[in-house]
This record gives sequence, structure tokens and C-alpha cells, in this order.
Amino acid sequence: MNNLLTVITFTPFIAALIMMFFIRGEEATAAKNIKFLALVATGATFLISLFLILGFEPEVEGFQFVEEYTWLFGLRYKLGVDGISVLFIVLTTFLMPITVLACWKVEHRIKEFMISFLVLETFMIGVFCSLDLVLFYFFFEAGLIPMFLIIGIWGGERKLYATFKFFLYTLLGSILMLIAMIYMWVDAGTTDIEVLLTHEFSHLPLPFPGWDLIGGIQSLLWLAFFASFAVKLPMWPFHTWLPDAHVEAPTGGSVILAAILLKMGGYGFLRFSLPMFPIASEIFADFVIWLSVIAIIYTSLVAMMQEDIKKLIAYSSVAHMGFVTIGIFSFTHQGLEGAIFQMLSHGLISGALFLCVGVVYDQMHTRQIADYGGLVIKMPVYALGFMFFTLANVGLPGTSGFVGEFLTLTGIFQVNTWAAFFATTGVILSAAYALWVFRRVVLGDLVKASLAGVRDLSSREKLVFAPLIIMTLLLGVYPSLVTDITGPAVMELKNHVLASLPK
Amino acid sequence: MFPSDLTTILPELVLATYGLAALIWAVFSNTQKTGTALVWLTSIFLVGLSLWIGLATTGTKQAFGGAFVDDGFSRFAKVVIALSSAVVLLLSRDYLEKERILKFEFPILVVFAVLGMMIMVSAQGLMVLYMGIELQSLSLYVLAAFHRNHSKSTEAGLKYFVLGALSSGLLLYGASLTYGFSGTTLMSGISEAISDGETSVGLLFGLAFLIVGLAFKVSAAPFHMWAPDVYEGSPTPVTLFLATAPKVAAMILFARLLMEAFGPVADDWQLIVGGIAFVSMFLGSIAAIGQIDIKRLMAYSSIAHMGYALMGIASGTEKGFQAMLIYMVIYTIMNLGTFAFILSMRKGGRPVSDIYSLGMYSRQAPIQAFSLLLLMFSLAGIVPLIGFFAKLYVFLAVIEVGMYWLALGGAIASVIGAYYYLRLVYLMYFGEEGESLDDDMTRTSLITLVLSGVFVIVGVANLFGIIDFSQAATGMLFN
Repeated sequence: MNNLLTVITFTPFIAALIMMFFIRGEEATAAKNIKFLALVATGATFLISLFLILGFEPEVEGFQFVEEYTWLFGLRYKLGVDGISVLFIVLTTFLMPITVLACWKVEHRIKEFMISFLVLETFMIGVFCSLDLVLFYFFFEAGLIPMFLIIGIWGGERKLYATFKFFLYTLLGSILMLIAMIYMWVDAGTTDIEVLLTHEFSHLPLPFPGWDLIGGIQSLLWLAFFASFAVKLPMWPFHTWLPDAHVEAPTGGSVILAAILLKMGGYGFLRFSLPMFPIASEIFADFVIWLSVIAIIYTSLVAMMQEDIKKLIAYSSVAHMGFVTIGIFSFTHQGLEGAIFQMLSHGLISGALFLCVGVVYDQMHTRQIADYGGLVIKMPVYALGFMFFTLANVGLPGTSGFVGEFLTLTGIFQVNTWAAFFATTGVILSAAYALWVFRRVVLGDLVKASLAGVRDLSSREKLVFAPLIIMTLLLGVYPSLVTDITGPAVMELKNHVLASLPK
Repeated sequence: MFPSDLTTILPELVLATYGLAALIWAVFSNTQKTGTALVWLTSIFLVGLSLWIGLATTGTKQAFGGAFVDDGFSRFAKVVIALSSAVVLLLSRDYLEKERILKFEFPILVVFAVLGMMIMVSAQGLMVLYMGIELQSLSLYVLAAFHRNHSKSTEAGLKYFVLGALSSGLLLYGASLTYGFSGTTLMSGISEAISDGETSVGLLFGLAFLIVGLAFKVSAAPFHMWAPDVYEGSPTPVTLFLATAPKVAAMILFARLLMEAFGPVADDWQLIVGGIAFVSMFLGSIAAIGQIDIKRLMAYSSIAHMGYALMGIASGTEKGFQAMLIYMVIYTIMNLGTFAFILSMRKGGRPVSDIYSLGMYSRQAPIQAFSLLLLMFSLAGIVPLIGFFAKLYVFLAVIEVGMYWLALGGAIASVIGAYYYLRLVYLMYFGEEGESLDDDMTRTSLITLVLSGVFVIVGVANLFGIIDFSQAATGMLFN
């Protein structure tokens, strides 16, 4: 099947179109049909994406499943995957049915809700498989529109502030990247990523009045891409939009945001910054590493003091993304491998944590930690699930969280011991805030009268959590599932980067 | 000599004859229905004319000793102008009938304005240029004041007239300086005079005044002051007309004048035009933030858009001009769609233009709201909509010639501008619900709105061939 990637990318979009034009009728029936259609479409996309993973040959160099057509202005519609991107696509398709199932109880404007999600899925998959600069930008940025609506329509009280901040902040970041992309287009004469990966951008120092910019053009391009990816990832100090957006977004929106949208930043570093601007990446590596270390420690401390559960998880996400960036900019095999692993694992774990919050939020309509306590008495199954993901988030050996953190720390230890030392304290801090919030929310006596009526997980909710728990455990005990696929591609990337550096 | 001149300007002659004949007929049979009939007739006529211009003629023909030209560049513009004016007329009918100002003069004035624009885009000499501009402007002044019992409309007409006359004066002064220092009014002659001898200061002064005059006509900052007031005060159909065809005509004229007459001193005007573009983009984006009247908001939005289109001209390359053409076509279509909606904004039968009346419009009319959402994101230049590609192409053109500051400025301005477009979306989708708008959009408006909504999304696939047409058009200008 030669058009597999197109099929995967656009199946949700077609489902959204069908939903938009053909689902009519009585409200209750229509709502039911909409939910089932969304579930079937995302489920089908997941199943189709399994063909991708089965057909993928890790040992083959370069891109696979490539499709190419000409498009506007000499641009290309070109899709393809390699060992770095293929798993992100599967992560996306894997999480979408779960998210749809988790949003089963949404009543308010369900049609628009599901359409937004399906369209968003198309854009997210597109990001990971596009092999043309502008096509990449196209998908990368287009996701903002459905997300703007998701936060804006179904968000909490301060949704207006959150959604505008989210939109404009990310737009500003990515528009600088766009200018850099156009420069690359002019410089290399093509927007084909495969060609650009081998194109050498000038790194001769650029003279400015009074000083020279080392790394020259590469540095400028690198900074423009950095503006976009650092906002998206997000890195400290560009992370301020994230807590706001997470807190106000509905559960499904938070899951997608944390689990997939953030990963685009890390993916961007791996796909563009490192291989295309290796010299600039080297120049800025220490800068990124120390920013990440600050992020890990600072945001962990901030997370500890949060009174809002979702905000806490949001800050913890920023800290975990810090591990991703130190892994990437260590330029070691373990670091890069660990960064990808950490992103995938964080996708599962943070998504699950937001779902955990969603379960109690749906019943109590509050996110304040102080409003909970002693949930274990009424909700033993829920408490078990929450505990599992809390510990996975901390990085308990046996869960996927451990592998990611361990690999990235191994990577950074080889190049910068002090950074590794400080980053490791982040692991301790994460245990502190995660366990503390678990104690305050789940353990203890059930003293709040308002909590008397909570019920435990329904079978639908169990169905939502089961695959996440299985995957987290599986990746924790058998990480080769991932590393076998990413390994060769990461090796190729590392060799390419190291070969491009001046001796 | 003379007969061939006449065949070259045949489309203009036919249009002029039509306008005069319609005028005579209307005066003699002045009944209630004359206006309606003329609107229909004129729009059909304009569509036919644009088909004729677009399909029948090829090649380049000059007339009147090189003062008038019929080439691909002008034909492209003429088709866009005639078609968009036809759509404007169709959209206006209902609004004008409801406001009881559907007089037969309206379509006739539009005809003469279109005639003026067609002359403008074909002008290759300063005299013809001025003639076209004045014919167009005089018709537009009257149109702006068309709702003559309405103080805001007459005020708009007067303001437009005074400032328009000022700009025409500047333009004329520039033209006379240019004539004085080059000894000819033909663009080719001016270009020769420049390349032959030293570039004199007088010619550059002339150039600067011409640029200022034309910047007035396209409402580029800092010569935009008339636009918001005139847009707000004019009857909405006239606002729509002002926002579309005349902008295209003036922009084409701008491009041709700079390229054909002042091509050899491109270095001198690139910076001026680039500066105007830069200021327009920022002013349009920032000043629109505080607007609560949607017509004023669209005025500032069009100022910003003119900035982007001028970027294409500022690059001074074939690609840049092509980018400008594509930008103008896309801009026109997006504006037609948006105004089709604004035209039908009414509460209790009275037209309103307050943006807060859009509160939760999506619940009341999901199809219209969704189309408008697409148009707003497209105007803001967000992917995956066509407005993004318009911007992408002008950015590409200026980056190719190394004007990075301009591209960077445009990028940042577009983020600022995104705010106010987003605000309209937010009002429609999650704003405060207020007194809702009337639910009686006419079929014409609805079709235009939905079609332009479809255009901005489906156009992403191949732009409906506009790229090829614009390439052919600019190719002729540069060879």
C-alpha cells in the first residue's frame, strides 16, 4: 500500500467531514452517533497505523513509506517516516480513541467537540510524517485552530485568557520559524526535508557592527527554530502559556496537549535543529542544557506549591520535558534515545494523569487539591490507578518513566557531570511533589462531606485506563520495543551530527 | 493608426457606451424597478465583459503612441476588477432596497468607476494614469455619499473627496515634476531618460510624490487617514466596493508605474515602498485591536493587507509582482465573503455593525459562523487556509532579495493582527450571548459567504490556477 501515510493522516479528517455534513436528527441520537463515529474513526486510524509499525523496517536507512506529489509554488506534498517519527504517529493514533472514550460524557456541543478532535488528529499525524518544510509548518501550525476552539468553547472560567495566550504565544514562536524556513527555501532552492538534511548551511561568522556572530547563518536559523520549539515544548522560561492552557482546557484537550502537542517541540529539535544546523546546535548546547536544568529544578519546586492539581501536572510536564532537551543536546546515543523514549513515555503517563484528574473533576467540578482527600476509601480502584501513574511519573523502575529518565541522565553524564548532578535532583523533587499530592488527594480520612457521594471508576473508565497501564508497564520492562525501532535512526542522526562538527 | 487604437481600447469603449446608454434609458424610464433591473443587467454585463477580456485577447497591444497598453498584466487586473464589481453589485441589491436607496445611479456610478479602474490598469503614460484615477475617484466620492439623508454617509463622502483631492494634487505635482525633468509623460520615455543620464533629484522628487499619491489611493499608512472614517460612514455596499476593486486597480497601477517608469532606480523606491509596507502592516494590525465597529475594523484590516501586498512590489522582482497579484486576488475574495456577511448584519430590520452583536452567533447560524471563522483565520494568515499562502509568497519574494527586516516585520505584525480576527471568532463561538442578529440572510449573501469559505480551504490544493494566470500576467510585464 503506497498511500498508507495519507490514509492514516486523513482518515480522521474524512470522519470529521462526514460528521459535519451527514449527522443530523434528534439531539440524543445524533450525539450518540457522533460519539460512535468518532470512536470508530480514531480506532480505525489506530488499526491502520499498526500496518505502519508492522511494515516498518528499522534497519533501512532514510525514510520509508514515502509519497510525493507536487503542490503550490513548487512545494511538495511529501510524506514519509523514519525511526524517529514513526512511533510518534503510533502514539497519536493510540491515544486518540482513548481520549474520545474519556470524553464520552461531554454534553455541550458534542458535534463541534468531536470534529475539533478529529481535525486535530489529522494535523498532529501530519506533523510527524511530513517531509516538506512548508507542509510541516502547515500541519504544525494548523493544530492551533482546533485547540483554540477546544480551550475556548469547553474550557473553564478563565478560558478566554488562556486560549488567546496559547494561540498568540505559539503563533509568535512559529512565525519566526516560518521566516527561517523561507530563508532555507531560498538558500537551498528546495523545501524537501530529505535534501535539506544533507544541505550545509553557512556557519561562517557573520559580521555585525562591533562583534561577530559565531555560527553565522546557522545560529540565526537555529534561534528562529528554537523560538518555535522552545515555546511548543515548552522550555523554561517560555512555558508560561502551558499551565494556563492546561488548567482551562477540558480533560480531553489537556490530554492531547500534554501527550502529543508538546512532543512536536522535541520532535522538531530532532528533525530540524540537530541535523540541519549541527554547528549551531553545538554552540548552543550548553545554553539549552542549563536552561533545561533550571527548568527541571525550578518547575519541580513550583509544582510542589500548586493548589490546583492540573497546574501541578502541567508544571511537572515542563520538568519532564527538561529531561528531553538535555538528552537531545547531549549528542550521545543514550541521550537521544532516552529523549525519544521519555517523550513517548511522558505521552502515556501525563495523558493518564490528566485523565485521572478528569475522573474526579467530572464528579466534583473542582481541581483544588484542598477539596479532596481520602478518595481511597470510596474509590479503591481509582486510587490504585492514580498511584500507578504517580509512581510512573516519578520514574519508578519497572515503568516507562524510569527508562526515559535513566537514559537521558546517562547521556548527559557523559558530557556534563554537573548538569547531570543537578538534573538528578529533579528526580527527587518530582518524587516529593508527586507523592505529596497523592497523599493529599487520595490518602487520609474521608472528612469532606462533599466527597461522600463519589463513585469509583465505571467500566468505561477502566477501559480507558487499561491500555495505558499495560503500555506503561510493557515499555518499562521491555524498552527494546521502542529502542529497536529508534536505534538505527538515532545512530544515523548522531553520526551525521558528529561528522558535521569541525574537528 | 487611429482604428487600431480604437480596437485596443474596445472593451473600455463598450463599457463606456453601456454606461451612457444605461444612463439615458434610466433617466427616461425612471420607475421603482429601474434600479433593480440595472443592477442585474450591469452585473451580467460585467461578467460578460470579463469573460471577453479574459478569453478573447492575447498578446500585447499599445495604443495612442504608447500611452495605453493592453497586456496580460492589465487583462488579469481587468478580469478581477470586473468580476468582483459584478459580485459587489449583486450583493448590494438587497441592502440598498431595504435602505430605500436603490437608485439607478448606483449601478451606473459603479460602471464608471470600473471604467476608470480599467483605464488605470492599462495606463502607460502619466496623463492616462491621471485620467483613470480621476474617473474612478469621482465616481467613488459620489458613491460614498450615496446615502444622502444620512449624516455619516455625507460626511464620509466629503472627507473622502477632500482627502482624495489632496492626494490627486500630490500625484499631479509628482507627475508634473517627472514630466519636467524627463521631458515625456510616457513611462517608457521616463525610464529611458533615467537610464540615459544621471538620475536627477527632480525626478526622484517626482517619484516620491507619485508614490505618496498612490499610497493614498491604496490607503497605505501613513496616508491611510481617510480609510476608517470613509469605510464606517459609507453605506456598506460602497464600503465593500471600496475595499475590493479600487484597491486592486491602484495596486496594479502602483506596480506598473514603479516598474515601467522607474525600473532603473529600483534601489531608490524599494526602500520607500518597503517602509510604507512596514508601517501599514503594523498600523493596520495595532489600530484594529481597539475597534468595535466591524466596518472600521475591516478598514484597518485592509490597511494591513495593503502592507503585505506592497511587500511584493517592494521586492521589485517578477516573483514579487506575481505574489502581489495573488495576494490581491485572495484578498478580494476573502473580503467579498466577509462583507457578504456584514451586509446582512441587522437587528430588528436596522443595519448594525457593532462586533458585540456577533455574540454566540454560531449557535444561531452554524453554517454562516463556520464560513466566517474560516475567513477570519484566513485573513489572519493562519494555516491551513489560503490567506497563509498569500503571505508565504510575499515573504518568499522579499527574502529572496534580502529584505529580511521587512519579512520579519510582516511576520510579527501578522501575530498582532491575529488577535482581532481571533476576537471575532471568540465572540461568535464563546462570547456573551446578547440580542441576536436577524435571521434573514439573503441567498446571494449566503452563497457568496459560503463559497468564499470553501475557497479559502479548498484553494489550498491548487489555488484554482490563479498561480498560472498571475505568472503569465507578470511574465509579460517583465519581458
